[in-house]
Amino acid sequence: MFPAAFDYRAPSSLAEAVDILRQRGEEAKVMAGGQSLIPLLKLRFSQPALVVDIGRLPNLAGVERKDGHLRVGALTRHVQVESNTDLRTLCPILPEAAHWIADPLIRNQGTVGGSVCHADPQGDWGSVMLALDADFVARSESGERTIKAADFFQGPFTTALRPDEVLTEIRIPLAAHSAGAYNKLERKVGDFATVAVAVQVEMNGDKIAKAGIGLTSVGDRNLKARDAEKSLAGKQPTDEAIAEAARLAAAAAEPKADVRGSAEFKRDIVRVFVQRGLKTAVARARGGQ
Amino acid sequence: MNSVSPNLDALARHVSLKVNGAERSADVEPRVLLVDFIRTNLRLTGTHIGCDTSSCGACTVLVDGTPMKSCTLLAVQVSGRSISTVEGLAAGAAMSPMQTGFHEEHGLQCGFCTPGMMLVGTALLEHNPNPTEEQIRWAISGNICRCTGYMNIVKAIQHAAAIKAEAVKAPKPEAVAAGGGQ
Ligand SMILES: Cc1cc2nc3c(=O)[nH]c(=O)nc-3n(C[C@H](O)[C@H](O)[C@H](O)COP(=O)(O)OP(=O)(O)OC[C@H]3O[C@@H](n4cnc5c(N)ncnc54)[C@H](O)[C@@H]3O)c2cc1C
Ligand code: FES
Ligand code: FES
Repeated sequence: MFPAAFDYRAPSSLAEAVDILRQRGEEAKVMAGGQSLIPLLKLRFSQPALVVDIGRLPNLAGVERKDGHLRVGALTRHVQVESNTDLRTLCPILPEAAHWIADPLIRNQGTVGGSVCHADPQGDWGSVMLALDADFVARSESGERTIKAADFFQGPFTTALRPDEVLTEIRIPLAAHSAGAYNKLERKVGDFATVAVAVQVEMNGDKIAKAGIGLTSVGDRNLKARDAEKSLAGKQPTDEAIAEAARLAAAAAEPKADVRGSAEFKRDIVRVFVQRGLKTAVARARGGQ
Repeated sequence: MNSVSPNLDALARHVSLKVNGAERSADVEPRVLLVDFIRTNLRLTGTHIGCDTSSCGACTVLVDGTPMKSCTLLAVQVSGRSISTVEGLAAGAAMSPMQTGFHEEHGLQCGFCTPGMMLVGTALLEHNPNPTEEQIRWAISGNICRCTGYMNIVKAIQHAAAIKAEAVKAPKPEAVAAGGGQ
């Protein structure tokens, strides 16, 4: 298999990239790692006139701590998150989720930014970013804007980005006494999730100050389980509170039966994973792990 | 490449790579996949096409030492970088430790997955000379083998690690068979 013919540009600066997109954004596709785009081009599901390869742009890869948040550059490879030992204590959900994405070869080349821009309802980073209440920073010729994760995912493979925009970084707020967990059920390495659940909690003493819950593969996009999140705010993480949040999240899921399982099965996995994730996240936030 | 139409020729880009240490270049259309560039333009057919859908790892090559799937990369995308294929493992007639490991431990049956497995194993030992069985299984988890059941592949990589550790302990001049050397 090989793609339909396209023109190719590899800009050497972000300014050049957004200039190309200003002129030809409508007929162009941005390429980061190509690990989702190239399969689509090969299947000819996507036939852009122009591919703008941003893979060589400088300063867009890497994770750094800056003014109370984590900055994840759009070109950060999955493997860079997976192997970052600082993140295991700073924001454990990130390396935990990275470890589950695709397989080691794809993690060497695929990027976090490419993954969220691809907006696959079965993609893992979207749920993680929803649970973390991350901000997405987009650049175009006319400037920079910030999009909340909750507004970014608009439907299957559809985001709030305009054709003339490039995602440059993801900003993740870092609160004290906070931690998360990612649980994923997959049939084999390299398979997308049957179901996965991202959970993040911020503790205030023995109470949950704030909770974030993102659901993978149980809707037309990554879902934010808002009712479940709200039910936990200000509560002690008792078995009852956790069970109630899990029940609400399962009710918010919109699973469909497919080769990976029935709708009821998937809904129940959501319930189990919210419970498991909350227990792990609370223990981690308290410094237990 | 033979011209298909003037229109497509106009799209062609100069791709220049270091492949197994040698500079190689050609003018190709941007849509040419790295695996096709390697197999068709460079006639290096040790890099296999298995699934052609990014799932099996038969097409694995090392890009600047890192294993990637060459069926899911464009040749233009990696222009300027160093590529290692299975043909680059041996030094002349002398097999690399990884090849010896696969030979000694019977790490292959049909051999279709073997180039990818050996490259992933080689890259693993570069940054982790003494991996655990779990780490080996993690490293090869993107490479599918239909024949061996993986046991002997794991043993082959462990064997290669042992050969390399031995070589570090007792450094001796590279044994290069007649006509060998690069
Ligand atoms: C076999 C296989 C298994 C996989 N399994 C999983 C899995 O289990 N979980 C999972 O989450 N993912 C999985 N993936 C997808 C993988 O995570 C990809 O790496 C990722 O989705 C895309 O990243 P990329 O950098 O390669 O993006 P690309 O393929 O380059 O781009 C993807 C899309 O995003 C757009 N885009 C990319 N970067 C930007 C940017 N900075 N600004 C604007 N638009 C941009 C592109 O135009 C394109 O539409 C799998 C992929 C394969 C091939
Ligand atoms: S041929 Fe490339 S992954 Fe199977
Ligand atoms: S030896 Fe036959 S596929 Fe692995």
